[in-house]
Amino acid sequence: MAFKLASSPHLSTKAQTRGLMFKVMLCALPGVLAQCYFFGWGTLIQIALAIAIAVATEAAVLKLRARPVGKTISDNSAALTGLLIGVAIPALAPWWIAAIGVVFAILVVKQLYGGLGNNIFNPAMAAYVMLLISFPVQMTTWVAPSGAALNDIGLMQSLSIIFQGADAEQILAYRAGIDGVTMATPLDAVKTGLSTGLTLDEILTKASFSDGFGIGWAAINLAYLAGGLVMLKLKLIRWQISTAILASLFVCASIGYLLSPDTHMGPLMHLFSGATMLAAFFIATDPVTAATSTRGRLIFGALIGLLVYLIRSFGGYPDAFAFAVLLANLCAPFIDYYVKPRAYGHRASR
Amino acid sequence: MSNYRDIAWQGLWKNNPGLVQLLGLCPLLAVTATLTNAIGLGLATLVVLVGSNVLVSLVREFVPKEIRIPVFVMIIAALVTCVQLLINAYAYGLYLSLGIFLPLIVTNCVIIGRAEAFASRNSVVKAAFDGLMMGLGFTLVLMLLGACREVLGQGTLFDGADLLLGDWAKGLTVHLWQVDTNFLLAMLPPGAFIAMGFLIAVKNMIDKQLEARKPAPEAAPAVTRARITKVS
Repeated sequence: MAFKLASSPHLSTKAQTRGLMFKVMLCALPGVLAQCYFFGWGTLIQIALAIAIAVATEAAVLKLRARPVGKTISDNSAALTGLLIGVAIPALAPWWIAAIGVVFAILVVKQLYGGLGNNIFNPAMAAYVMLLISFPVQMTTWVAPSGAALNDIGLMQSLSIIFQGADAEQILAYRAGIDGVTMATPLDAVKTGLSTGLTLDEILTKASFSDGFGIGWAAINLAYLAGGLVMLKLKLIRWQISTAILASLFVCASIGYLLSPDTHMGPLMHLFSGATMLAAFFIATDPVTAATSTRGRLIFGALIGLLVYLIRSFGGYPDAFAFAVLLANLCAPFIDYYVKPRAYGHRASR
Repeated sequence: MSNYRDIAWQGLWKNNPGLVQLLGLCPLLAVTATLTNAIGLGLATLVVLVGSNVLVSLVREFVPKEIRIPVFVMIIAALVTCVQLLINAYAYGLYLSLGIFLPLIVTNCVIIGRAEAFASRNSVVKAAFDGLMMGLGFTLVLMLLGACREVLGQGTLFDGADLLLGDWAKGLTVHLWQVDTNFLLAMLPPGAFIAMGFLIAVKNMIDKQLEARKPAPEAAPAVTRARITKVS
């Protein structure tokens, strides 16, 4: 067995926030591209809009707070928040949805608490929850994914719908599936289906589930999963949170599915629909608002998985990652306090 | 006279029950979704506050110290019942929209706080004036918060003013802009908390500016001589 020896100088590059955030954004690219493929130009427009407003708001607030503007802006954290919000809101939502959400995220959730590193809540998710509570109609109006959609939307059309608004009929036309019936997101369809007394098998016979998981959403989740694995490989994030989320969601969903397969979604469907992969790899792993100890991260992730399962299955909203992440953010300092390793020599019991 | 000016300054600004003492937050946050509700509840609180301060000040000599709190609470509860019956009789719509928060004025800490801290130690006239100023300060904060939330939430002002003032007030409703969808956050309690935070921040900012504008007290001229023989 040979020990590898490296001679001096032992140079190493220092990881900086700026590069880290930029790499995270790059890793989100496959997911973003998949989303663009299925939901059209709207996604890209929303992302561009959200990033622009995020950077502008951050600059304005920093100026007000008399902090160095250029240096802080270039850490890319505002841009990442913008990207996450742009991805999370429906592709054809009116422009002011993105604007209000991003300003709330940067101004209230992040800068009022003291800027990057001091915020308690994940800015993107807090903004998403705010938007979802304030504008439930706009925030749940997803267009039909391409491949299942009746009408395709071009770039100019997307622009005009986002910036000038569209009447209800137009929106309805873009939400129509091949069979002409308005399509909901898979999680939404399951939730409404179950509430009207259908069994899961009956719901899954609808056109939007022709590939078993809901057209588009499974592929988008796979793309985010790929990006997430790259992040793990590059050591941009630690494995504990993501793994714990997916494992706990899988276990909870399996138990529910085994107990009552007619009224509960299967575990794979939980993992590959909605925002699961995006949230597990890109949102919950935010180093500022997540738990920071190793065991703490595991508990933090498991808590998110459990909450997501509970809210998706028994709550009022079809998807639950934003709520789960915020609730877990609240618990993070508490979790870290109790899993602190005992200093050597102290008594075992506290 | 400067004493009364001080009481007014304390109630309206320096020791404002809403912005500084943060008393009575429950009605402050719950019913300020519209300006009309805010005015209604503010006025009801104002009347109760003045009445309770006067009564408490009148009986302050005869109430043993040990049982003063129950006595104060009964006085306040009696007044609140009167106000509640009056509103029920003359502004039924407002009565319905204020709901449980009208009888809950009994538990508003501003009222018991002023009774205990001020009225039980001061003469009737002073106590009445203090009640008026504290009540006004509270009402103004309620109105400001209500106006902000109503404008942000549904783009109107004085929506439903007829509930408070009668049918002629329907014309008072001002539509600032037309919104297709209400901004629900501003109308829900979390929005009230956020707006309240911003109001307090604005007040602190104004205080700071006033402080900065005030000329600094002149420092005593520094004596640089090594030996002082004669100071004029």
